[in-house]
Amino acid sequence: MKEVYASMAGTVLNIFVNNGDEVTQGQTVIMLESMKMEIPMDAEVAGKVTEVKVNIGDFVNEGDILLTLE
Amino acid sequence: MRFTERGFAMNKILIANRGEIASRIIRTCKQMGIETVAIFSDADALLPYVQEADKAVCIGAPPVNQSYLNMDLIIDIALKEGVQGIHPGYGLLSENSAFARKVKDSGIKFIGPSPETVDEMGNKIKARKKMMAAGVPVVPGSVTGLQNVEEAVAFAEKIGYPVMLKASGGGGGIGMIRCENEQALNQHFESTKNRALSYFGTDGVFIEKCIDRARHIEVQIFADQHDQVIHLFERNCSVQRRNQKVIEEAGSPHLSEETKRKMYEAAIKAAKAVHYENAGTVEFIVDEDENFYFLEMNTRLQVEHPVTEMITDLDLVKWQISVACGEKLPLTQRDIMKRGHAIELRIYAEDPKTFYPSPGTITSLSWGMDDGIRIDAGYSEGLKVTPFYDPMIAKCVIYSETREACIEKTQKFLLETRIEGIKTNIPFIQHVLMSEDFQNGYYFTNIIDKLKSINH
Repeated sequence: MKEVYASMAGTVLNIFVNNGDEVTQGQTVIMLESMKMEIPMDAEVAGKVTEVKVNIGDFVNEGDILLTLE
Repeated sequence: MRFTERGFAMNKILIANRGEIASRIIRTCKQMGIETVAIFSDADALLPYVQEADKAVCIGAPPVNQSYLNMDLIIDIALKEGVQGIHPGYGLLSENSAFARKVKDSGIKFIGPSPETVDEMGNKIKARKKMMAAGVPVVPGSVTGLQNVEEAVAFAEKIGYPVMLKASGGGGGIGMIRCENEQALNQHFESTKNRALSYFGTDGVFIEKCIDRARHIEVQIFADQHDQVIHLFERNCSVQRRNQKVIEEAGSPHLSEETKRKMYEAAIKAAKAVHYENAGTVEFIVDEDENFYFLEMNTRLQVEHPVTEMITDLDLVKWQISVACGEKLPLTQRDIMKRGHAIELRIYAEDPKTFYPSPGTITSLSWGMDDGIRIDAGYSEGLKVTPFYDPMIAKCVIYSETREACIEKTQKFLLETRIEGIKTNIPFIQHVLMSEDFQNGYYFTNIIDKLKSINH
């Protein structure tokens, strides 16, 4: 199992995947907003989304798990 | 505070903003003997401006929609504190006509133009129409909003690619995208419309011709309630990344006196057309042949107003308060002089390579101070730059007799400046200052992209 972490603190602006979706390596899965800027969070590896752990509007800290892949 | 024939006095002002601009406004208020009320979110409790104000009131949780954008709460505090004026600063509620209207309706003076003017200039499609009618040149583009992608494509064919697709309610670099061809326009049309709706509450979009090798030059104007409108010269703000300014200068190299004079006249015409009051900025795009076109009008104090203050030796916030009190402009056009050259650097908490934000704690901070250097900082050593607001931590303004001397002084200043704990864009600013394009002064809004592509 692999996780996608928040690389910096920010607010979840958009979620591009659902549970069960197949993602490719480098695909942007979540868009964070930090300091009035959009920061894309990419999947480091390909896999199937098992759980999206955040909702749009949530505030996340650096290192928080955004979603899990298998 | 003086009482004048027509004006009224303000002895207490609420500042509906945060960070460096709140500190900046408090500084002038202190000089004028005006009491200040600051507002702050939980994230900003330790910032210098909170200490500097005579009174500071916490208005909520860090996200702006739970704090700095809470209009009713801000007005409640203002009423309770018995202030006569609200200064909106820049960003946040400064160009929100609903806020200007609520302030007015509560019997408090909004330090800025009327809600009607904010409205007129806030809608970019309306503003273009108004300017065309007033005889101010605008960028060739669509006069009305575009309903669908077919209409957009047909229009782009007429004026030729590349085009800029813009949100009518947008501004400050948000909600616009460059389209090189029909395919790109097709690809971006719906998403730009949707983003416009979610960001600005209206899905109106329009197209402008893209002017390459353009300079972004803006004219500072000032208008009182007695139909007097004057200009305070121009600023060159062509060093931008993602349409956000990074370095601004006054005056502008390689721009003829004749063109400048025409731009000042056009800016005054623009202000008069909307019955402007208070400080405002008319932004123009200037092409290689020195043709200039109206881009937008910022109906507020600009971030970069200090470069104008440095070359004119005036205090624009003091003028804003006087004019809001109904006083006449303190000087006529003839009496306004400029001297020397000023450069402003916006220091951002961001990675100089990726340009991504770099929130964190400023563990060490010392500026390379010298005569003719002004720092408008929002943070001090030991404070945390949080992810909730824009990444600017300070503006550094450097003045010297000539542009050449000013660049040299700026470089020395940066060499002697130390910021630790967070990443900043200082290395990138140094890179720009050293570049041949910046040094010879003949540069365009693409200067950053150009330098980046050389780097890689």
